[in-house]
Amino acid sequence: MLPFLIKRLISLTLSLLAASLVIFFVIEVVPGDPASFMLGLNASPDTVAALRESLGLNASVPLRYWQWITGLVQGEFGISYTYKVPVGELIADRFWVSMPLSIYALTLSTLIAFPVGVIAAARRNSPADVSIMGVTQLGIAVPNFWFAMLLVLFFAVSLRWFSAGGFPGWEAGFWAGMKALTLPAIALALPQASILARVMRSSLLDTLGEDFVRTARAKGLTHRQALWKHALRNALIPVLTIIGLQFSFLLAGAIIIENVFFLPGLGRLVFQGITQRDLIVVKSVIFLLVFAVILVTFLVDITYAVVDPRLRRRSA
Amino acid sequence: MSDPQIIMERPAGMVHAALRSPSFMIGLVLTLLFTVAALLSFVWTPFDVTQLNIANKLKSPSATHWLGTDAFGRDIFSMLMVGARTSIAVAIVAVGIGIVVGVPLGLLAAARHGSLIDEFVMRTNDLIFAFPALLMAIMITAVFGPSALNAIIAIGIFNIPVFARLARGAALSLWTRDYVLAARVAGKGRTLISAEHILPNITNLLIVQGTIQFSLGILAEAGLAYVGLGTQPPLPSWGRMLSDAQTMIYIAPNLAIFPGLAIVLTVLGLNLMGDGMRDIFDPKLRRAR
Repeated sequence: MLPFLIKRLISLTLSLLAASLVIFFVIEVVPGDPASFMLGLNASPDTVAALRESLGLNASVPLRYWQWITGLVQGEFGISYTYKVPVGELIADRFWVSMPLSIYALTLSTLIAFPVGVIAAARRNSPADVSIMGVTQLGIAVPNFWFAMLLVLFFAVSLRWFSAGGFPGWEAGFWAGMKALTLPAIALALPQASILARVMRSSLLDTLGEDFVRTARAKGLTHRQALWKHALRNALIPVLTIIGLQFSFLLAGAIIIENVFFLPGLGRLVFQGITQRDLIVVKSVIFLLVFAVILVTFLVDITYAVVDPRLRRRSA
Repeated sequence: MSDPQIIMERPAGMVHAALRSPSFMIGLVLTLLFTVAALLSFVWTPFDVTQLNIANKLKSPSATHWLGTDAFGRDIFSMLMVGARTSIAVAIVAVGIGIVVGVPLGLLAAARHGSLIDEFVMRTNDLIFAFPALLMAIMITAVFGPSALNAIIAIGIFNIPVFARLARGAALSLWTRDYVLAARVAGKGRTLISAEHILPNITNLLIVQGTIQFSLGILAEAGLAYVGLGTQPPLPSWGRMLSDAQTMIYIAPNLAIFPGLAIVLTVLGLNLMGDGMRDIFDPKLRRAR
């Protein structure tokens, strides 16, 4: 297990380095002079020079990159140009909206998809299976932000069960916060649950056709026992991959959904950063999100190795 | 390959299978519907979408305005037609970028399996995969400003690793086949083999994946336009129509319904067609399911 872990850790570090290089290159090198980009066309040369000085842009490109990543390692993202406060503080506040939202959505998606996928596979070609396949086909085609608008129309405008948007803050209490995140989480979760349920179904159908399931049936287990005891566990590996992938889609998708519900999360921060041309905010949020995606991929890899010992030996 | 009977029979068999596949036929009809609407919008729409007519704003669906009018008095049906054009154009070019760049990379990686080139291509793919298309679009628009072109680039870049992985995976299994071995013994180079023997045999897979990516592209374009990072006004786009509708969701909820339905039906059509084609191309799968 240890060589495997070390190998994965090295590849994690390399991925993070490569990602940081790409982000740095696109945001800081491509626009030419970030200072004049941020200030716009009408800025006086003095202002631009002052900003260049305060952002440390007079240093060479490799040195600036080095300063940026050494800052990141220490948790220092730099000072936001528009807010005049450390970007780390801005991110920390909003992180506690975006992250709970993504986790909430992922939990919902898994809780829905799991039983639905199992039922569809266990009763293959039954009316239940056919309708599940039809509904999930539709679920995949629905854009989550439109689904969010429909939820607002129905639950906020017509029924008035939820507010149409906004976030009271966790100070208002855990349940008030969760309530504000419920419609956004459902909007994010349902399309993802459709994909996950289909993966669950086809993965389970594949394992149900395997020899060891037939052996289990031959030794006298019922169809249901064979499914629960043998097939399900083996069907979980592809499902795990998709859950890992979905987390990154949920994080990115949350950016859009936060806009539908006016949630003060990372998504709103990054869009404000774009309109205000605050490249430091944009750069930091993007890095944080990519970091999360890479980290989740890493964790999924590790989980595999725990679930399936064969993978440990093969990759090490 | 030189057996005329096989060539004669297979296409006919496929057409037959296509006609009997309900998902393929429904998908085909939906896709054709939107393609025709998009093409027709070049020469004719019920109303001119560039004409604002404030007096006529927020009309409910009627005989004149089939789906009603928006806050500027523009005909929703006409805007949906032109919006179809935008969506299809963005998605097609983005898929094109993915195929044109990704497939050769994947074939190259497979032809040099285990080499440094293979490793490099695959690691770069992993890196691009770590940037969801939306984050890519945000980075690009933060620097170049929002436009349909930047949306195309962002979605296109995201498509590259999808096709590179698919092409590499499929090509790797073909490289072990006897006819490829025969071609190598005959002295053909790796590039020629990739082009003459590998590529034609993975075309089916590429078409199916292309259809799926096409539908994902339409969803992505709508999402980007919705948050203001994609198609810019005055060009109508489904995503923008939805973001305009959101501000008026209390007064005119129907504005939020139709563009969303258009997206769902198009994406659904493409997905059904993709699934149907997968079954048709692979008769083994058809029997198994």
